[in-house]
Amino acid sequence: MNQAQHGAPSQTTADAVTVTGVDKTFDTRSGQVHALQGINLTVKAGEFVSLIGPSGCGKSTLMRIIADLDQPTAGSVAVFGKSAGQARLDQDYGIAFQQAGLLPWRTVAANVGLPLELHGVGSAARAARVAELLSMVGLTEFADRYPDQLSGGMQQRVAIARSLAESPSLLLMDEPFGALDEMTRERMQTELVRICAETQAAVVFVTHSIPEAVYLSDRVVVMSARPGRIQEIVPMRLDGERTESLREDTRYFEMITAVREALHGGNPGGGIATGGLATGSVAASAPVRGAETR
Amino acid sequence: MSTAAVSRRGTAPGRKAMSARTESWLRIIAPVAVGAIVLGGWQFLVTVVGVSEYLLPSPASIATQFVEYLPSILSAMYITGMNALIGLLVGSILGIGLAALAANSRLVDGMSAPIVASIAVIPIVALAPVLNSMFGADSQFSRQAIAALATFVPVFINTLRGFRQTRAVHRDLMRVYAASPGQVLRTVTLPTAKPFIFTGIRIASSLAVISALVAEYFGGPRGGLGGLISTSAASSAYARAWAYVVASIVLGLLFYVATLALERLANRRGGGS
Repeated sequence: MNQAQHGAPSQTTADAVTVTGVDKTFDTRSGQVHALQGINLTVKAGEFVSLIGPSGCGKSTLMRIIADLDQPTAGSVAVFGKSAGQARLDQDYGIAFQQAGLLPWRTVAANVGLPLELHGVGSAARAARVAELLSMVGLTEFADRYPDQLSGGMQQRVAIARSLAESPSLLLMDEPFGALDEMTRERMQTELVRICAETQAAVVFVTHSIPEAVYLSDRVVVMSARPGRIQEIVPMRLDGERTESLREDTRYFEMITAVREALHGGNPGGGIATGGLATGSVAASAPVRGAETR
Repeated sequence: MSTAAVSRRGTAPGRKAMSARTESWLRIIAPVAVGAIVLGGWQFLVTVVGVSEYLLPSPASIATQFVEYLPSILSAMYITGMNALIGLLVGSILGIGLAALAANSRLVDGMSAPIVASIAVIPIVALAPVLNSMFGADSQFSRQAIAALATFVPVFINTLRGFRQTRAVHRDLMRVYAASPGQVLRTVTLPTAKPFIFTGIRIASSLAVISALVAEYFGGPRGGLGGLISTSAASSAYARAWAYVVASIVLGLLFYVATLALERLANRRGGGS
């Protein structure tokens, strides 16, 4: 797919996301916390970019800033050439969180149709679009169920269908599969790959899991913590081929190793066998393993 | 995955399947049996043991009085019931309204906290005579006002708590959708708060009846249950006084059951199938 450019981001309107010099500091009782420092990132239209890093590296904060849910302390964010706030008002992106965040008093269909309903789409057009989305995520026969009658994986699929409701050209996903078991997770990844191919949307995907990032992404943005910085951007050379057999391919494992080494700051073998020799790599590998055992 | 785990409220898990029917029978029979035993024992004390009717009227004589004075009892129930109902409605509206303001404004929240705390501890006994003399001896207004005050506190506290249950992920979602404040209220805040609001109203319903009734003890027009209880007791017609007490219990239960049904209905519509 898109071969990544490591160079300075070019600011054109064709880019889905342009993050320029973003800093984010939080004021806490124990002083200022630098959540993000000097972040520069460009996500091209149709590109799948994962943000990966240890807990506290600010990857969720970065996604929230792109979504205009948080404001950067310094720097600027452009989404399709507009300000993040304008892009939010124009509904240029869809979003899915780690929690499905469905409204429990609404049926599956009413949850998926919520953004359409809020934006004044007529009930006939809405019903048609909801039916289309539910069939895309394979939940047609659950349209009239309530969220608490569904499993966690199904709820997450409803949330993804909801995020796609207005056919956004950008999807923001904050660990959407973080709470799922490994088998459901792999199936959801496969479905997401298919959905992205169908919708041609750019994706910013926050994750804890190296295999997940490698499997899904065109580029993996590896971040380090305190302060949150981009350590390295690893392009995936997997030829855009995302099938189940890829999970057993040597190139896939090579990419996993590449991302792992980037995470551990160029210390090969840091996280694989010994669990890290340097303190820095221990800190980096701990949350990753935590996510895998969840 | 396709057969989703369906966990609905119902009989507690672990109980035997056979006992479901027995259990529902027991739920009716057990309280009836307790009532029969208590009334039987009571009647036994008066007629056989010989406790004076003057001290303790027998259930039979109370029942006789109840039937004899039924028209008066019904009109008394209507008067007190209307006072309680008006108080309940007004108090609920005020409670929900002020809670909505307090949930949205830290300033209103800070200002209302001491007021609500002091309203919560105002004794009806002290307030009733004051309001009676303020609004005149022939006005039902003071009773309605007292019932409204008694209603206000639990409705306000529960509603405010309900408004604060909105989950962060739902708030984020509404911001992402650029929803207007009205849309946020309708789609997220109110549905989240709804069970809490109705619980508050249910708790308040009994308080409204008790307050409306007790307020009648301190002057103002007669004719309500409280007034008639005190009049009957003053003229030593204890069996009749008890008959009015029975009517008060019925009225209180009526309010409780009605608001409980309302609460169930609201939660069912909200919570799914």
